[in-house]
Amino acid sequence: MSILVNKDSKVLVQGFTGSEGTFHASQMIEYGTHVVGGVTPGKGGQTHLDKPVFNTVEEAVRKTGANVSVVFVPPAFAADAIMEAADAGIKVIITITEGIPTSDMVKVNEYLKNKDVHMVGPNCPGVITPGEAKVGIMPGFIHKKGSIGIVSRSGTLTYEAVDQITKAGLGQSTCIGVGGDPIIGTSILKAIQLFMKDPETEGIIMIGEIGGNMEADAANWIRENGTKPVVGFVAGMTAPKGRRMGHAGAIIGGKDDTAAAKIKIMQECGIHVVESPADIGKRMKEVLYQNK
Amino acid sequence: MNIHEYQGKAILRQFGVAIPQGTVVKSPDKAVEAAKEIRKKAGNNTWAVKAQIHAGGRGKGGGVKIAQSLDEVKQYAKDILGMILVTHQTGPEGKIVNQVLIEQGVYYPGPGEPKEFYMSVLLNRDTGRNIIMYSTEGGMDIEAVAEKTPHLIFKEEIDPKVGIQPFQTRKIAFNLGLSGKAFKEMTKFVVALYKAYLNSDASLFEINPVLKTSDDLILAADAKVKLDDNALYRHPDYAEMRDITEEDPAEVEATQHDLNFIKLNGNVGCMVNGAGLAMATMDIIKLSGGNPANFLDVGGTANAETVEAGFRIILKDPNVKAILINIFGGIVRCDRVAQGVVDAYNSVGDIQIPVIVRLQGTNDEEGKKLIDKSGLKVFSAISLQEAADLVKQVVN
Repeated sequence: MSILVNKDSKVLVQGFTGSEGTFHASQMIEYGTHVVGGVTPGKGGQTHLDKPVFNTVEEAVRKTGANVSVVFVPPAFAADAIMEAADAGIKVIITITEGIPTSDMVKVNEYLKNKDVHMVGPNCPGVITPGEAKVGIMPGFIHKKGSIGIVSRSGTLTYEAVDQITKAGLGQSTCIGVGGDPIIGTSILKAIQLFMKDPETEGIIMIGEIGGNMEADAANWIRENGTKPVVGFVAGMTAPKGRRMGHAGAIIGGKDDTAAAKIKIMQECGIHVVESPADIGKRMKEVLYQNK
Repeated sequence: MNIHEYQGKAILRQFGVAIPQGTVVKSPDKAVEAAKEIRKKAGNNTWAVKAQIHAGGRGKGGGVKIAQSLDEVKQYAKDILGMILVTHQTGPEGKIVNQVLIEQGVYYPGPGEPKEFYMSVLLNRDTGRNIIMYSTEGGMDIEAVAEKTPHLIFKEEIDPKVGIQPFQTRKIAFNLGLSGKAFKEMTKFVVALYKAYLNSDASLFEINPVLKTSDDLILAADAKVKLDDNALYRHPDYAEMRDITEEDPAEVEATQHDLNFIKLNGNVGCMVNGAGLAMATMDIIKLSGGNPANFLDVGGTANAETVEAGFRIILKDPNVKAILINIFGGIVRCDRVAQGVVDAYNSVGDIQIPVIVRLQGTNDEEGKKLIDKSGLKVFSAISLQEAADLVKQVVN
């Protein structure tokens, strides 16, 4: 099992021939991901990285059977690319692009409502199911097939958690970076719901940060419905109020979206919260051991 | 991006939101000239003299005065220009005032009483839709209203498919207790305000107060506006509104090197790739007994150039007693980053404080060796825990 992507995923790369698309698509192929081709409007009919290039997602889906798309399209055109993928019937859209205007994402968000599609991102590292499919920009080699699901709002901090889990001898079922923007397609809660249903996932790591209600929403759902142990960390204990810390989403606004407030809610909901990000892997191992 | 009140009002006017007559000036003489011009157009006898800085709470800090005469306009402009204005949003160091906005006084006597409301437009992150938040309690700190009288704050969510609808603007005007001419004016005001927010790709329009004048006009008496940085490419005219004198010089310099830097008040500087890991690194510093001196995200490419720029920016702060570089090398190779750190260290020269370099990921062992052999006063670590222990050692 695993979630969202696996060895049967047929992956289409949007923004295939650009420099980002080219570099990361070749890394994905090298990892063993089943990349079936790419889309760059105006370059249809060409071959790139030994794969076909199409003008439209619709044509690409028709000719390759692609069911997953990864978006590397520049910010000004990325919203359009996401909607094109959804319209063409792609079921999992993973948007890596950073810097998409929020007003564009308001439209995308509305467009995707009531459609049978999972959109992950934007401004995220992507999704990886170790040993099966890497759909994104994460370094493949730090991952190891296993039973821990990881969901996180950040990139390198996710790699940190992955690395600790691998070194603890556990490995990952699937890792999802949900992205740091104010509007994202897949919330932490949605990702956790998927992990709870996945028989291969035995434990879940949830990495949050300051800003928004995503961690609290997920925590409250876990309290009522959780069936697997969850280890949590929230970055930004030392972040000053009202400042934008890199991620547009990471602005402390109300009193409930500070790191301290989130940690408190998560603890109350039975999540094993670590104070130091260096303890994520160690704690997951302890918790799993206690449960057995 | 934050902009000044007068710039926000210029955007409002473009979209048909009523604002007081006003001009921004940089000297007391110009203030008087502007006041005369405004009187010609508006026929007013009083003026507002308002400090233009990127922070709220200006009135309480003495940055907003009502002048009853041209002499007072001059005097207040003289007092405010050049002052260090301290408000609850500037921090204790305050901000220097370089410009004042001279405006027509709008609290004039008339058939009715002037009344102040609060209104803002912003994104509701939970639903991914824009909302108009408004209150009968205008002219006050909205956080205080939210805490003491939350039932007096109303929210109206806009469906992006159809935009703002007449029933919504009516509801807002009714909830604010308006009738007659003021009611009609308010519905027009809300439509224009929402249009301004949408078309300027803003992330916030906060009008506090929205003023009902004694003759039932509805005006934006103040404007706090934030524009979405990601959308500035669509608005080159708004991009030019950026006032770098309002920003921390170190942060401006960092932006020029594509670094994302925020100055804090601690004693341990840090340089990290990725925003989430950067925040986590700040937390690690705190847990190890230090205090983070900054947030610094060097982005995806940590090379000699970016590391050198980072060193120079961090070292400007005399309170910094140590620097922690924390790089998780994914696609970027650790030995390359290590070489970059060594080159940058040598190029900056004369770094008197200990530097801890934690490199993990591709070729981390090679990276560590390279650092250890460099002969520099640099501590190296691979795991995050090792780095934390080194910070503890250095801080004590």
